[in-house]
Amino acid sequence: MRKFALIAVPYLWLLALFLVPFLIVLKISLSDIALAIPPYVPKWDWATGFGAFFSQLDFENYIFLTEDDLYWKAYLSSFKIAAISTMFTLLIGYPIAYGMARSPEEWRPTLMMLIILPFWTSFLIRVYAWMGILSQEGLLNQFLLWTGIIAAPLTILNTNTAVYIGIVYTYLPFMILPIYAALDRMDGSLIEAAEDLGCSRLMAFWLVTIPLSKNGIIAGSFLVFIPALGEFVIPSLLGGSGTLMIGKVLWEEFFSNRDWPVASAVAVILLLLLIIPIVLFQRNQQKQAEAEQ
Amino acid sequence: MIRLSWFNVVSLTLGFAFLYIPMVILVIYSFNKSKLVTVWGGFSTKWYGELMQNEAFLDAAWVTLKVAVISSSIATVLGTMAALVLVRAGRFSGRMLFSGMIYAPLVMPEVITGLSLLLLFIGLGLDRGVLTIVLAHTTFSMCYVSVVVSSRLVTFDWSLEEAALDLGCSKTEAFRLVTLPIIAPAVIAGWLLAFTLSLDDLVIASFTSGPSATTLPIKIFSAVRLGVSPEINALSTIMITIVAVGVITASLVSKRQLVRQKREEQAAFRAQ
Repeated sequence: MRKFALIAVPYLWLLALFLVPFLIVLKISLSDIALAIPPYVPKWDWATGFGAFFSQLDFENYIFLTEDDLYWKAYLSSFKIAAISTMFTLLIGYPIAYGMARSPEEWRPTLMMLIILPFWTSFLIRVYAWMGILSQEGLLNQFLLWTGIIAAPLTILNTNTAVYIGIVYTYLPFMILPIYAALDRMDGSLIEAAEDLGCSRLMAFWLVTIPLSKNGIIAGSFLVFIPALGEFVIPSLLGGSGTLMIGKVLWEEFFSNRDWPVASAVAVILLLLLIIPIVLFQRNQQKQAEAEQ
Repeated sequence: MIRLSWFNVVSLTLGFAFLYIPMVILVIYSFNKSKLVTVWGGFSTKWYGELMQNEAFLDAAWVTLKVAVISSSIATVLGTMAALVLVRAGRFSGRMLFSGMIYAPLVMPEVITGLSLLLLFIGLGLDRGVLTIVLAHTTFSMCYVSVVVSSRLVTFDWSLEEAALDLGCSKTEAFRLVTLPIIAPAVIAGWLLAFTLSLDDLVIASFTSGPSATTLPIKIFSAVRLGVSPEINALSTIMITIVAVGVITASLVSKRQLVRQKREEQAAFRAQ
């Protein structure tokens, strides 16, 4: 009885507030737009039975998504933006994680704390901090003009470049931590062995360190890529009108166009796209857990 | 063995500079006298004064705090229960679905979680306000709590609880007197995580809040959309300071505990 209650309470909570809402999204994505335009509230019509329920369903909204190339472009460009920023996060994060793993033992807790600290700070504030830096009269332009590198201010804010910077900045800790964990576990004598056997330092790094931190690299990349794909705050604050990302499209479809069925269909497809990276990530984590045992 | 080459030093310096300079700039410019946020006009604390008189921000801060305390507390109870189920309950029908529902919200894009909950609340005819935000925040943060707590429970020595049962404790007493104190650090960490997630959340709160309740992130977002403002800089500085003090204190406390633990272990070793 006790065990039953222990299972039932969180189970019912999640069923009611996670699974059922998602099924509603699925249902609305398949229903007609006229049915769901506010203030008309979409109704659950169980009375007509399952036959009628299924006959009402149609894939109009999904067909609409394939016809209007805005959505295709938004999906593709989210993918591109997420992939490119993941790559940059890796390129910047790896040397930091590597430096941390090689630093004296007594520094490491402090360095770890310094990596985690931004994570506890408001995401919104960290994105906002870049608005003042990247704008036309912003500090970056002032600095570059002062050094004489550029003659006229660059336009960075409200472009895709600003979105890349924002994603790299906010998700950097997610990349650093798993790579650091992998490098920290590594046996330093392996590098010495490789060097004794005639590897140059660079070769030893490439042939020993990188493969041994592979799991950290994969985990970190997914931890950046998956949330970046559905990102809303960064493109809407740092990106411009030309920045197409699917999270932003969904938001506008819902709040500005008030087209619930299309917004729901966008959500369903975004989730389908995410399943592949999520499954790959899970598999990587599982492999790692098994290797440790 | 440790060779901190010039390359390591440079990458660490540049890396931490990249992480911290934007926030330092934000803090410095919150003391700027000029309304123009990119021009330095002398030192002043007037934006803090204006912030304290801004009723809308204060109201939103109060709502945010209320939502965060309530939702993280419920989430900690539910999340700990879910962690016990995941680690201890063994097989039961629907286990796959259960663990799926625990892990899925962690990777679900916020826009989808927010949209789906809003559609549910409209379907149920619930008025959007503090209650709906609390329900939404509890749902996603309980999953984070259960991940944190279950990673502690995996290494928990269950024979301790069995010993308590053998010595005449009831099941509830054994949990309250033995298990809970031992897993308490993980439960507290889970609560803190849930609390921060709730304070921080913009997207889900935007979907699930109504005109009667606006949270601080929603307020900040709508102000920031119009551009950089010195008042927001002041607000950010306050928030950054609170977090920094909290995190640094927590790390000092845990460091001291580690030192004490080591000293006690050494003392015990000598006593043998």
